[in-house]
Amino acid sequence: MSTAAEQRSARAPWALTAPALMLFVGVLLIPLAMTVMLSFHDWGQYKGIEPVFILKNWREIATDPYYAEMFWRTFRIAIVTTLLTAVLGAPEAYILNRMSGRWKSIFLLVILGPLLISVVARTLGWALLFGGNNGLVNKLLMSAGLIHAPIPFMFTETGMVVALAHVMMPFMVLSVWAALQRLDPQIENAALSLGAGPVTIIRRIIMPQIMPGVLSGAIIVFSLSASAFATPAIIGGRRLKVAATLAYDEFLNTLDWPLGAAVATLLLVALVLIVVGSNALIERRYAEVFR
Amino acid sequence: MRRNGPLALIFHTIFVIVMVAPILVVCLVAFTPEGFLSLPTNGFSLRWFRAIANYPEFIHAFWVSLGLGALSSFVALLFAVPAALAIARYRFRGRDALAALFLSPLMIPHVVLGIAFLRFFTSAGLGGSFAALIIAHVIIVFPFALRLTLAAATGMDLSVEMAAVSLGANGWTLFRRVTLPLILPGVISGWALAFIQSFDDLTMTVFLAAPGTETLPVRMFLYIQDNIDPLVTSVSACVIAVTMTALILLDRFYGLDRVLAGKGVTGR
Repeated sequence: MSTAAEQRSARAPWALTAPALMLFVGVLLIPLAMTVMLSFHDWGQYKGIEPVFILKNWREIATDPYYAEMFWRTFRIAIVTTLLTAVLGAPEAYILNRMSGRWKSIFLLVILGPLLISVVARTLGWALLFGGNNGLVNKLLMSAGLIHAPIPFMFTETGMVVALAHVMMPFMVLSVWAALQRLDPQIENAALSLGAGPVTIIRRIIMPQIMPGVLSGAIIVFSLSASAFATPAIIGGRRLKVAATLAYDEFLNTLDWPLGAAVATLLLVALVLIVVGSNALIERRYAEVFR
Repeated sequence: MRRNGPLALIFHTIFVIVMVAPILVVCLVAFTPEGFLSLPTNGFSLRWFRAIANYPEFIHAFWVSLGLGALSSFVALLFAVPAALAIARYRFRGRDALAALFLSPLMIPHVVLGIAFLRFFTSAGLGGSFAALIIAHVIIVFPFALRLTLAAATGMDLSVEMAAVSLGANGWTLFRRVTLPLILPGVISGWALAFIQSFDDLTMTVFLAAPGTETLPVRMFLYIQDNIDPLVTSVSACVIAVTMTALILLDRFYGLDRVLAGKGVTGR
């Protein structure tokens, strides 16, 4: 038995979400579907885009080693960036969490703030710091005696990884910091009172508890790095291409839209599979922590 | 809790310096009195800020970015507020799927969105138009507008609304006089965060912008592609100043950690 009031309240959520739903179907799902379709169309220098169904673009991506190399470079950069942010960001989040209230909030603002500052401006900063062979970074590293010859940063993968790690670092710190908030400091004290040293405490008490935070941060950093555009385009220059900059080139320089659409579709599918897959793995592995 | 040791503090100091260095160096170089890229060792000068005036395309792009950010964040809220109220208050079939759909622009790479919108708006005859930019930006800022509104609507005390209803308020009056004022801090913060996201977006916008509708990040990016000179650092310094202002406001009124904490906040 349903009263009129209950019927109204069953309709209400749909009435409220209908405008947003229509917007998303109309201007998000349909364009995405059109892009997947586009990747099966034909293209020629003179005839433009031909709306037929062929596998030409996909075959080209599958057979031409250029694309395999480009995708491998994209994911290699994303993996190294992710490792770098995890190795540096997790300890920093831990240190941050042990600071007293005032300093904690100041440094949290300093470290998370860059997240909202234009990626173009931040990457420009790295381009200035790298600047040629006698840039500030190289001068500093050489005067500290860490390196003997300048490392080429501009137009190299090294430079891309450093700049990307800086851009992505706030996500990792944030994610580990969130995991640390759930941690009971008394457990650490208990371990201490039972005679555990600092190394044991970090390895046996802290690490297992913040691991889910590190892993979920890693997923965010990986997927954003693999699809990053501004940083690889500015630091990598015109020759060192990654998936996003290649798709941009196909669309706005070569004008081979179907091929660009195929690259973009492949990037999207690969990322969705990786993100969903590793999310499922993490949730199974750390089921107790999430409960 | 134990305090940080000296080693931890050294690590922390280096970490913070590296995080701040690229932003600081842009702001410093912007004040150089020289005609080339250099740190202002011989005093500060505003010549490169004055030089912006000779590049009307940067000023035009700034207004485009400002208008686009303000308008698309506002439109996004028009859609997001009712949706957030529905998701916060009702348990209905498809609720989780809807929430996932509305947050999905966070998951989809912006380069893919840019391509999809370029294809879509070109076939709709809107290629390169300001209207196309607005619609595209509404989609990418929607998750941010939704999330903060949702947080405010979830934490709201429903008995206040029931009291209003028992006193005879309903429909629009109820929303305008009771619900909206209660969720307003979340709505305003949602607008601010959405504005920052729109104002900073390059990856998606670079596909859609045409001469005349270029946003500031797009203009800067295209400029940097050709050459890097002090002019682009002074423009960047202005952009950083705008963002910092919004950031400090956001932190004062809402708390930056609350804005950023939670899953899947993305920038790029």
